[in-house]
Amino acid sequence: MLLDVLNVSKSFADHKALDNVNLHVPEGVIYGLLGPNGAGKTTLIRLINRITAPDAGSIMLNGKEISQKDVEQIGYLPEERGLYKKMKVKEQIVYFAQLKGVRSKDAKVRMNDWCNRFEIPHLLDKKVDELSKGMQQKIQIICTLIHEPQLLIFDEPFSGFDPVNAILLKREILRLKEQGSTFILSTHNMNSVEELCSHLTLINKSQVVLEGEVDAIRHAHKADILSVTLDHRPKDIDPLLIEIISEKIVVGKTVLKIKKRKPISNRELITALAGDSEIYGFQEDIPSMEEIFVQTVSNKQEGSHE
Amino acid sequence: MSKIGLVIQREYTSKVKNKTFLLITFLTPFIMIAMMAVPLWLSTLKDDSAKKVGLVDYSGLYKDVLKNTDQFVFFNLEDENIQLNAGDDKTEGAYDAYIVINGPITKENNKISFISLKQIPVELRSYVEGNLEEYVYNQNLVNSGVSNIRDIIDNARVRINVDTIKRMDSGEEVSSSGEIAGVIGIFTTFLIYMFIFMYGAQVMNSVVEEKTNRIVEILVSSVSPVELMMGKILAIALVGLTQMMIWVVMIGAAFTYFGIVFGLTSKGVDPSQLAGMSQMAQMPVNSPVAEIFGVVAGFNWTLILGMFVIYFIGGYLLYSSMFAAVGAAVDSQADTQQFMLPITLPIIFALYAGIYSAQNPDGPLAFWCSLIPFTSPIVMMVRLPFDVPMWQVLLSVAILILTFILMVFVSAKIYRVGILMYGKKTSYKELLKWIRYH
Repeated sequence: MLLDVLNVSKSFADHKALDNVNLHVPEGVIYGLLGPNGAGKTTLIRLINRITAPDAGSIMLNGKEISQKDVEQIGYLPEERGLYKKMKVKEQIVYFAQLKGVRSKDAKVRMNDWCNRFEIPHLLDKKVDELSKGMQQKIQIICTLIHEPQLLIFDEPFSGFDPVNAILLKREILRLKEQGSTFILSTHNMNSVEELCSHLTLINKSQVVLEGEVDAIRHAHKADILSVTLDHRPKDIDPLLIEIISEKIVVGKTVLKIKKRKPISNRELITALAGDSEIYGFQEDIPSMEEIFVQTVSNKQEGSHE
Repeated sequence: MSKIGLVIQREYTSKVKNKTFLLITFLTPFIMIAMMAVPLWLSTLKDDSAKKVGLVDYSGLYKDVLKNTDQFVFFNLEDENIQLNAGDDKTEGAYDAYIVINGPITKENNKISFISLKQIPVELRSYVEGNLEEYVYNQNLVNSGVSNIRDIIDNARVRINVDTIKRMDSGEEVSSSGEIAGVIGIFTTFLIYMFIFMYGAQVMNSVVEEKTNRIVEILVSSVSPVELMMGKILAIALVGLTQMMIWVVMIGAAFTYFGIVFGLTSKGVDPSQLAGMSQMAQMPVNSPVAEIFGVVAGFNWTLILGMFVIYFIGGYLLYSSMFAAVGAAVDSQADTQQFMLPITLPIIFALYAGIYSAQNPDGPLAFWCSLIPFTSPIVMMVRLPFDVPMWQVLLSVAILILTFILMVFVSAKIYRVGILMYGKKTSYKELLKWIRYH
């Protein structure tokens, strides 16, 4: 494991921000850190960065208790972006690189490389407050990864980007991952979680409520619901065998969501369904991360109201 | 380069390269000169229209005593039945004021009256008083009947010329002056007061800027908050010293220039070579300017300038760490006001204590305030030209340094917690909690 968060708790004056949280991030993966607003994600990220200290528990990087020196192995893109408005882009990037222990000569070479990748080499001599929000964000991202850290923590990296730039960033994240970088991605954008993350942890109300590989989680949450696309709704479906959950017409075809009432094979099911109707599609419904997120979080909230 | 070095370097260059810094640095000496020169110049400006003053002299003795001047024109009147000017609008034929003399002026009956609808200008009053007194005095001498009374009086009157000499430790004697010591003390005090406020506020603004921009979150993941705070404070101290160096050079250049122009000295008087001025002190020059120069050169400038730098740095470090804590405790510039009181109160108190200490530089107020670290940088500067015992200076500096270290420690705690707190109104109670926070 690259990063282990072990039984970490953190309280502020009036509330508990993290309650016995565990997190295990393997090397070379993109790890999703999810949770509703105020769940404690930012607090956890700040603990990993050693901005604040945990009340209990420990944080290990490469199997050792994390030290101030190790923080140079981390690149952190906070949700609230911050750059010196009156400083030139290139001075800014070099400054942040130097703070992370990169020599200014190396920093300049890397800076030029990254600016080309993000298609902004013409902005180097501009002051930050002359730039648009999206451009500022690109510069902030360069500041985050200029020191080539092992672990990159991105908090909402896509917010503020147009789709073209979002794709550009996704491409670069995947490229870095191929080269061995590890990412922790904190986001509310569930599509990008499905697209990028192989593992995730869902935090709700200061506690880990869901954890594991994304595929495994989605499989675990499937409710044996099948989606069948037909010519029209078959006349005689045995209600003891099949429960119809919903029915809608998509581009002239009927799409039924059904659930098996008895343990029959899919082949038998199709035979039972077909009747006088042609079948165009048949697939198992795997819930989206969005559905899982909403379900998990609202279950918890209901639970806490009781 | 170490991280604190990087922080200092960035802060320093960003401040010094700033156009406002250059503008302020080069304009301030001129503004200072203007601030002194303009009131002086304004006071020499005369009211362009002469004031009409009526003179109602029932004794009939003093009609010709008051001569017309550029400012005042006197008219002899028969009675008081006249029209007076109320405001600035000049009514035709009306008078601005009139004087009533009821009878011959004697030692017992020495009252005359001014009647006016507005405040009588001081100049008018002193002009009338002076002239009438002089006239009556001369008349009385003439009337005494003693033939050469004027010579007798002139010979009897002796004016004493006080020359204050201060004996230096070396046995050398230099002229000294309490007034000039006071002026130097007040001047250096004002400078320290101004600098503490000016540069302290810069530290605070810089902290607030990083906090509101959220840069601080990235910074503290690479630099420790204490390094960040100290880097900032030291960088702005360097900015301040740079600014002062520029001013010293500018003033030095001005001194050299004027020195040559007025022929006071053949060689330039550079403030860094103030010792050169003591040579002038021994020069037998009779002009009053040279006399003042002589007195000025008699002070222990090495001590005063040296202590100025020490107290500036000490006072600045103490207060700027407090300013930094305030900057960290608030969310925006506008919120800083609520925490400013504990900072501004001692500084302003120190300034007043300093001004009073100038009158009694060895009194208990001056003594205690020059030891208390929150007031010592300002008050001790007032006392220094009056030769303070060395042990007091050293004790005061030692206390200042100790308090500064303590204050940095406390401020750093507030700073650490404060820079990452957003959206919550901070109270004093909260600040105390932050200080105790591990």
